[in-house]
Amino acid sequence: MSSADISIHKDVHHAHDEHDHHHDQNFFEKYIFSQDHKVIGKQFLFMGILWAFIGGFLSILFRLQLGWPEATFTFLEPILGGWIENGKLNPEFYLAMVTMHGTIMVFFVLTAGLSGTFFNFLIPLQIGARDMASGFMNMLSFWFFFLASVILFISLFLDSGPAGGGWTVYPPLSALPQAIEGSKSGMTLWLIAMALFIVSQLLGGVNYITTVINLRTKGMSMTKMPLTIWSFFLTAILGLLSFPVLFSAALLLIFDRSFGTSFYLSDIYIAGEALANTGGSPILFQHLFWFLGHPEVYIVILPSFGMVSEVISTNARKPIFGYRAMIGSLLGIALLSFVVWAHHMFVTGMNPFLGSVFMFLTLIIAVPSAVKVFNWLATLWRGNIRFTAAMMFSIGFVSLFIAGGLTGIILGNSSLDIHLHDTYFVIAHFHLVMGAAAFFGMFTGVYHWFPKMFGRMMDEKLGYIHFWLTFVAVYLVFMPMHYLGIAGFPRRYYSWTTFDSFSMFGDLNAFISIAAIIGFGAQFIFLFNFIYSIFKGRRASMNPWHSNTLEWTTPPLPGHGNWPGEIPAVYRWPYDYSKPGAAEDYIPQTVPFSETQSSNLPHEKDLE
Amino acid sequence: MMVANKLDEENSPAGVHPLKFSLWLIIVSIFMMFAAFTSAYIVRRFEGNWLEFELPAAFLINTVIILLSSASMQLAHNAANKNNLPMVKIMLLLTIGLGIAFLFGQLNAWGELVNNKVFFGGSESNPAGSFLYVLTGVHGFHLVTGLIFLLIVLVASFRFKVHSKSMLQIHLCTIYWHFLGGLWLFLYIFLRIYN
Repeated sequence: MSSADISIHKDVHHAHDEHDHHHDQNFFEKYIFSQDHKVIGKQFLFMGILWAFIGGFLSILFRLQLGWPEATFTFLEPILGGWIENGKLNPEFYLAMVTMHGTIMVFFVLTAGLSGTFFNFLIPLQIGARDMASGFMNMLSFWFFFLASVILFISLFLDSGPAGGGWTVYPPLSALPQAIEGSKSGMTLWLIAMALFIVSQLLGGVNYITTVINLRTKGMSMTKMPLTIWSFFLTAILGLLSFPVLFSAALLLIFDRSFGTSFYLSDIYIAGEALANTGGSPILFQHLFWFLGHPEVYIVILPSFGMVSEVISTNARKPIFGYRAMIGSLLGIALLSFVVWAHHMFVTGMNPFLGSVFMFLTLIIAVPSAVKVFNWLATLWRGNIRFTAAMMFSIGFVSLFIAGGLTGIILGNSSLDIHLHDTYFVIAHFHLVMGAAAFFGMFTGVYHWFPKMFGRMMDEKLGYIHFWLTFVAVYLVFMPMHYLGIAGFPRRYYSWTTFDSFSMFGDLNAFISIAAIIGFGAQFIFLFNFIYSIFKGRRASMNPWHSNTLEWTTPPLPGHGNWPGEIPAVYRWPYDYSKPGAAEDYIPQTVPFSETQSSNLPHEKDLE
Repeated sequence: MMVANKLDEENSPAGVHPLKFSLWLIIVSIFMMFAAFTSAYIVRRFEGNWLEFELPAAFLINTVIILLSSASMQLAHNAANKNNLPMVKIMLLLTIGLGIAFLFGQLNAWGELVNNKVFFGGSESNPAGSFLYVLTGVHGFHLVTGLIFLLIVLVASFRFKVHSKSMLQIHLCTIYWHFLGGLWLFLYIFLRIYN
């Protein structure tokens, strides 16, 4: 290909030539409008952490309301202003907080913050590439996300408040500004922010997939890739196929809200007045939304699967158990995620036969999930385990995934779901299995790859304190919620003290709230550790965890282009830990079989 | 060492240029958007309360126009491959002209719909009509992005940057333009069947 005179083409070459003739970048090129995948990854990480604290703070506010419904919160007036009236939280604002907590956590933290950080940072480093396929598109991806963030943040300060119809924004509630305060301009900004967010995700996704397919280094076949890359790759495909559908759904909702169409609206009376809209179907929105929405929960959790597999294998000093089964189960989960969306809609009056089909497909997901859990446990079994902070969070992840996954089997049954739908049982289920679990995956990633990101180590002792407080708090918060849910306690209710049947749960709710506050407080230990370690942490060596993957062959702080010399070639899979006969308990992927004759297995003799 | 640094592209495991691969992925995501609209259309149609109306006659003419533009795009591509530079410019201009003609044709079709009292929004609208506007509108939006891409290639061709040794840009543009034409053909046949 000798077509270097094409401008688009130059972008691709740009990063590779960079270190041959250093041109000095100014501050803006280097840190703000950077096209370097590592800087973009860090930008996503900082934004993700910022959003996580905002989203977490909102949850503490509504936990205060739920835990102590009779109390007056005058001390919150300086922060919340008009949303607190005589110390009482405004009920409309309560709905808005629940909505924003969901939107922020699902999309802005666990999708953009998690994928954006680790996909950008790790894909080129682990497959042996100088940078992403298109650094420019990658930069655009971050700035679209940034713009979406700014718009969503502004919506928090509107007079009528941010969107309040729940993170799923079901019409007709979300489509009619006269319905609630949260469907006024807050909802408009929500839709704009989400549209920009989807553009950002698609730009990123196109890049991730192209990079994994096209820019792998010599020898890095698909079956020599670390499981992290496999999970990132499949996650990006899920996003590419499902986010456009959400875009379509949101576009139709925008038309219904602002242009007088009736895609989702029909025969509505509001405040005694009949609306002109006829012919629409609100169920249609649910179908479109959940066609994205279900893959979305896997977009949140799959990256954690990959990172946890990597960290568990590294720190158990054992090869991952069932490497191909791990890939197969990832593929299975990714495929199934597209054919189960209607299990969110069992109570919409769908045909019971159709419900049983979706129930059947949903329950099949238990099989690949169980394969993964079995393999993680089998990898830990008799491993020479090093309990680093990242390893603690990985093991915590497995625990949360089991605890939350089991209730998924219960909710997947349509007959049981009819009782449990929209209760705290559902809240407990998805917070354990995809909320807290994905956060644990994210912490795993941050603690494990921090040395490569910032060239310094995080403090392990603070990491342990952070882990134990978070781990205990998560269970104390979400385990009791199962009982609330079985008792029929509905989600999204501002106040339930007027219901006699629920008044006995007052103490339990206060208990949950206290646990939530402790859990949120523990995150400040992480924040301190994170910021302190960036500047004052112990300097990291090149490969502090004695890990096999390619990123650990780069300098402690990899520069532009990642490897100062040529990109190393790959000869073996990434999980040669504690191989009998080997000199050390790890053999990096870059070591050819000819150098490890004492440890080669019979079938590897041919490769020497 | 210099050679090794360029290892990735020449040895690209997929054998496809990364940008071409990216374009295919973008096409997939655009197609998913329309898959969502069309499946929503089918689901909604079978629920009843569906306004029946004639498709605008202009659609057929527009279909011919966009197919012609696909042909001229291909001719531009082939001419670039043979280093027939004047022909590249003429065919690119022709494609742009046909693309603009298509957009005006679509606007014309919208006028026809309004005359037949098929509205996008408002109290007299029905999702049957609204869907038609959305499908054509979103397709039209993507066609505008295609026109911008065409303009970029045209400018490049005037700077002698489109020739047989430098085909990537016009190649990508051709793929995208064929996709937009094919997408319209799909939508037209879909609307014929389900209207």
